[in-house]
Amino acid sequence: MRIVELAGETDLAGWRRAARGLRLEGVAPDEVCWSVARADLFGAPDHAATGVAAPADRALTVPPALISLAEGVACHRSPERFALLYRLLWRLRDEPRLLELRTDGDIAAALAMAKAVARASHKMKAFVRFRRVDGARPETFVAWFEPPHRVVERTAPFFARRFANLRFSILTPDLCCFWDGRALRFEPGVAKPDVPTVDDLESYWLTYYASIFNPARLKVAAMQSEMPKRYWRNLPEATLIPGLIDGARQRSEAMMANEASEPARRLPARPTAPVGPANENRTPDTLDEVAAGVMACRRCDLWRDATRGVAGEGAGRARLMLVGEQPGDLEDLAGRPFIGPAGQVLDRALAAAGVPRQDAYVTNAVKHFKHEPRGKRRLHKTPGTGEVTACRWWLDHERRIVGPRVIVALGGTAALAVFGRPMPIMKSRGRPFALDGGAQAVITVHPSFLRRLPDERAKAEAYRAFVDDLAAAHALLA
Amino acid sequence: MAVLDLRKKLAILSDAAKYDASCASSGTTRRDSRGGRGVGSSGPGMGICHAYAPDGRCISLLKILLTNYCIYDCAYCVNRVSSNTPRARFTIDEVVGLTLNFYKRNYIEGLFLSSGIIQSGDYTMEAMVRVAHALRLDHDFRGYIHLKLIPEASPALIAEAALHADRVSINIELPRDESLARLAPEKDVAGIKRAMGEIRLGIESRSAPGRKARAPKFAPAGQSTQMIVGADQAADGEILARGEALYGRYKLRRVYYSAFSPIPEASARLPLQRPPVLREHRLYQADWLLRFYGFSRAEIVGERDNLDLAVDPKLAWALRHRGDFPVDVNLADRERLLRTPGLGVRSVDRILALRRLKRLRLEDVQRLCRGADKVKPFVIADGWSPLALADAERPLAVAEPRQLSLF
Repeated sequence: MRIVELAGETDLAGWRRAARGLRLEGVAPDEVCWSVARADLFGAPDHAATGVAAPADRALTVPPALISLAEGVACHRSPERFALLYRLLWRLRDEPRLLELRTDGDIAAALAMAKAVARASHKMKAFVRFRRVDGARPETFVAWFEPPHRVVERTAPFFARRFANLRFSILTPDLCCFWDGRALRFEPGVAKPDVPTVDDLESYWLTYYASIFNPARLKVAAMQSEMPKRYWRNLPEATLIPGLIDGARQRSEAMMANEASEPARRLPARPTAPVGPANENRTPDTLDEVAAGVMACRRCDLWRDATRGVAGEGAGRARLMLVGEQPGDLEDLAGRPFIGPAGQVLDRALAAAGVPRQDAYVTNAVKHFKHEPRGKRRLHKTPGTGEVTACRWWLDHERRIVGPRVIVALGGTAALAVFGRPMPIMKSRGRPFALDGGAQAVITVHPSFLRRLPDERAKAEAYRAFVDDLAAAHALLA
Repeated sequence: MAVLDLRKKLAILSDAAKYDASCASSGTTRRDSRGGRGVGSSGPGMGICHAYAPDGRCISLLKILLTNYCIYDCAYCVNRVSSNTPRARFTIDEVVGLTLNFYKRNYIEGLFLSSGIIQSGDYTMEAMVRVAHALRLDHDFRGYIHLKLIPEASPALIAEAALHADRVSINIELPRDESLARLAPEKDVAGIKRAMGEIRLGIESRSAPGRKARAPKFAPAGQSTQMIVGADQAADGEILARGEALYGRYKLRRVYYSAFSPIPEASARLPLQRPPVLREHRLYQADWLLRFYGFSRAEIVGERDNLDLAVDPKLAWALRHRGDFPVDVNLADRERLLRTPGLGVRSVDRILALRRLKRLRLEDVQRLCRGADKVKPFVIADGWSPLALADAERPLAVAEPRQLSLF
């Protein structure tokens, strides 16, 4: 039997040295007894692990995952931890993928230990409670804490980063850590806490804890699973828990038994509701009235799932009007037509056709975004005839107010809205149609159509045709 | 008027803030106090809950109102103008001082500041922004800040709030627009949606590809919202449909469902009952299924229907689709495994990793997942088939629903 004595309870470096030597020597796990030297009178043990020959100068490789697993396991309080780790190292020779076998008994045990350690470290970040040392400058804080596993060393850097500009000490039975603003220093654990007994702020914390609790929703088990009782004795707020639980039912029932309350004082005049010309039926006389009316529109149900109605924008007396289908995801958020991906295609094509967008009035056949939720996204849905018909009210008023000489219908929905009946897009391209009132209409595709074409060549051709259509429409103005 | 001491104000203004369910401090940028003048750190991972109250809720942030004076009259709210609840108002310095002092003692991860509406949306928002500004700039505070936004406030103020805050939120409050109009007459649902949309655009403008200059910080931990459950007649299906729409529309990090809870000084417009906490729990489970398990809302519950309180929504779905089970854990794809009762996202990933190395037995599956007994009737594994159970007198007996205990 080989006896290895490590320098400290979490002496992973010592374990690694010893384990490497033993492993290369071929000493089987059941022939090794792992122990830890007891700290001598003067604290910090300072000797290398004994009981094992210096490792031979031969390479021994292990998966990196073993090291990170061992870092966790070594902090566990189980006396078996080092033996378990050595068993894993031993088995890795014949089972190189052992660490991936989460359901293997040894692996499951090691993972459970590492998980308990990670949780203890997380809970230390949560449950350490500092008290301020009176009058100390710079501000100095001290805490007494009892972690279920030996997590002080691995958790202390968290506090040093968080409180870099303060001074603090965290005292525990295993190990104490001290931060002086520059470096962390560790000393052996202490039995009796030497921490300030009062901190005036603590009573504010208790006030907060008691007030933020809602007595109508008592869930003691949920609280305890996250804040186990073992931590309570070092949590000042925990002294309140029994009283809060005892009073909860009574407080909650009293609230329900009380009569509805009547205001005991005269109320100030109610503020006027946010402005909104909530009348969707009033005939708009200006584009501003169209925009306001569209925001309040309930002519169909699309407003319900949309953010806002999106009216057209552009020159108020534009000679050219572009009509699209409906706002998309981004247009719905920003409240402006054609600013998303399709809008970029349109802008590019307008520039190529020599048509300044600011001279045109750009709008949509339907003013709200029709879509359906799909996971975390919104998928475009083509508006139906009912919605297009309902929304023609707004398009017709836009046409009347702007009075364009040429209207470009981008795609089938736009053509339906402009003409009031379905128009075949591809057959109708390339020639102007006369509209009532003297204006002319040109029909072309919607820019999204160009984006959806899978084939690059077809895309380029379709884009050229689209630019030609826009240029032809523009030429009609001359 | 009597002058309230700070402790009394804290009691009033934290009591007034507790009906907001959110207390998360997760998912923001990594930073710490090194190289700075102040305190604080945060990170992209999960937040830290510094305490739990006996209501089971996590206390991560100092969650307070700047003031509970309010000119609005929302029937569900203890702070509405017509309520006789005691009123208080913090000064900016008081909030800053409490936040820093709590933080240095490791009580909290940061501040969650909300407020009643006083004078106007802009006035209120500006006061809240000043708190965040003082914490960040005067004190170099690098902990977490969650600011409630006032939808009526000007876009410039909202942008400044988002510059200082990790997370921002606006509460949609109720599942139906009509209920909001009825119970919270001063709130404007169109304005709420508009502001949420602007926040999403602000957040996305930070990450837009091809940006030349670095845009100012904009709420790195995203936005969230809260919906009160049980204050109107909306069914669970309607609530979830609304949640689903909000996730898609505004890319929310979280929708919080908050069981309408008895308040002191209740309004005659809204009678009190015990809070439907089990219903709230089922809604959260369904919400998880939508976001992480590939379910659509229509699969979980019809728009006009309620979730089954007796069984969780995933088990309920499985019981409606018995033909899809048992699922072979050695063969089934990820999507099907995710739909199996008892298997969570993590256990499914572990099953997929492990089965590349060996054929799984039932014991393996049970070691990889939490709902060990729950999973049994729904899976086939090496040496295990649940047919024996199905033939038994009470099929699926192990999956027998059990009501959660509330008290």
